[in-house]
Amino acid sequence: MSDVENRDKEETKIMSLILDHVNYIYGEDTALAVHALKDINLVIPDGQFIGLIGHTGSGKSTLVQHLNGLIRPTGGAIYYNGEDIHDKDYDKKKLRSKVGLVFQYPEHQLFEIDVFKDVCFGPKNLGLSQKETELRAYAALKQVGLADEYFYQSPFDLSGGQKRRVAIAGVLAMKPDILILDEPTAGLDPKGRDEILDQIAKLKEETGITVILVSHSMEDVAEYVERIIVMSRGSVLYDDTPREVFRHYKELEQVGLAAPQVTYIMQALAKQGMKVDTAVTTIREAKQSILQSLGK
Amino acid sequence: MIRDITLGQYYQADSVIHKLDPRVKLVATIGFIISLFVVDSWVGYVVAALFLACMIKLSKVPFGYMVKGMKAIVFILLITVVFNLFLTPGEPLVTLWKLTITKEGLRIAVMMAVRLSFLIVGSSLMTLTTTPNSLTDGMEKLMGPLKHVKVPVHEVSMMMSIALRFIPILLEETDKIMKAQIARGADFESGNLIKKAKAMVPLLVPLFISAFRRANDLAMAMEARCYRGGEHRTKMKPLCYRGADRVAYCVLLLYFAGCVAIRVWL
Repeated sequence: MSDVENRDKEETKIMSLILDHVNYIYGEDTALAVHALKDINLVIPDGQFIGLIGHTGSGKSTLVQHLNGLIRPTGGAIYYNGEDIHDKDYDKKKLRSKVGLVFQYPEHQLFEIDVFKDVCFGPKNLGLSQKETELRAYAALKQVGLADEYFYQSPFDLSGGQKRRVAIAGVLAMKPDILILDEPTAGLDPKGRDEILDQIAKLKEETGITVILVSHSMEDVAEYVERIIVMSRGSVLYDDTPREVFRHYKELEQVGLAAPQVTYIMQALAKQGMKVDTAVTTIREAKQSILQSLGK
Repeated sequence: MIRDITLGQYYQADSVIHKLDPRVKLVATIGFIISLFVVDSWVGYVVAALFLACMIKLSKVPFGYMVKGMKAIVFILLITVVFNLFLTPGEPLVTLWKLTITKEGLRIAVMMAVRLSFLIVGSSLMTLTTTPNSLTDGMEKLMGPLKHVKVPVHEVSMMMSIALRFIPILLEETDKIMKAQIARGADFESGNLIKKAKAMVPLLVPLFISAFRRANDLAMAMEARCYRGGEHRTKMKPLCYRGADRVAYCVLLLYFAGCVAIRVWL
């Protein structure tokens, strides 16, 4: 193991991100002030798979940009591993190597001559040695499942899905402890979506990193996450397991969201008199429940 | 961060000046600027000042906005005044150490200061009361006759309108790319000039690619709606002179004639 990795292992054991009464107002001193985040209190422990859902304008993107210090809250504080990230001497660059943020349509950030060089950008910014940088870039590209033959091609010659994987690899090469993905499946076809989400789930299993998935798709979120945070107009509406959150599907509809399709089907079947579990959130569970109620 | 830049200074109000045809305002601004160089007596400047004051009053734009434009040239103004004050040869008035303020120097300095200020305020008045798109429309119509000498008037005007339209979009894109690269540890602030210039590459390359992509999409969208350039193209809101515009031209003519008269007889 390199020096960097040795040092990291010896560091603090409490790995968590805490948001304490976080408030954010856009254009605070102008006439167009928008209170984007209202008194957010969240604890994000190590190793969780979290889904963050909310209608457009609910504050999801604003919240997510607070987590790696890109935006500074106008009120409240954010603690990473017990330290206030907006402290005068806090190293934000180091924070960003621990809290990796992949923006929506991340392929728009690609710029290097070839794929490999682009993925090296992140670790290079952290001041790592050339050897370490290249090792990380190679590992990250393998983690996202990109074939070797594309490594030295121009990123602009790849397909949309491939470009996106390169962009995600660019963030993974920083070896973050928390990976935040803002709508990673936006604009992809169903196959592309499945590939990316499966890859992320696999990554989580193999490395145990914390993953926060910001999404519009209830199905995606229900399938993979263990905790859902629902945002609405700048506040946290629900913060619970998928089963519990989707029980409130009527309230979710009122704020412009919905439950997975499966929930509606089960509710309709139950109304017709079938003895099915209406709290299921995935097709797999629904199938089992239906078969059970049919006595099979 | 970047989104704090408000582009164009258009100030929304319902005034006589706002409702004028943009061509009138363009011609009036140019005429006013020329008049500032035609007059060179105190009487002349007072007349110009009165004219400007009336226009400002009619426009219903708060005075504070007019003066905002002055902030940009305060430095130039100061340099002009100081240099003219101290370095013009002539009849000495006051002497401070080795520098002399002459009567001519004082005269020229004040004149320059007045001209510059009025120029800025006058142009501000135009941009505060006319939207950027009306301005390009007005310029396109005014330069119409140039079409006969093969000047691509319509194309230039269309390019300007598109550029104006895309400035806020590209600014937002820049913000987004900058944040994405900062999230990967990029540093746009520290380092010497060379380091900072190198740091711009991860920002400029994606931005250019994005701009070209948008341009391509826009071109296709325009062609899909049968856009073929300015040839025989009609407008939804053509510029037509109305009564108020003709009155404005008369007032302008009178003012300009007055300025010339003052110059010739005083």
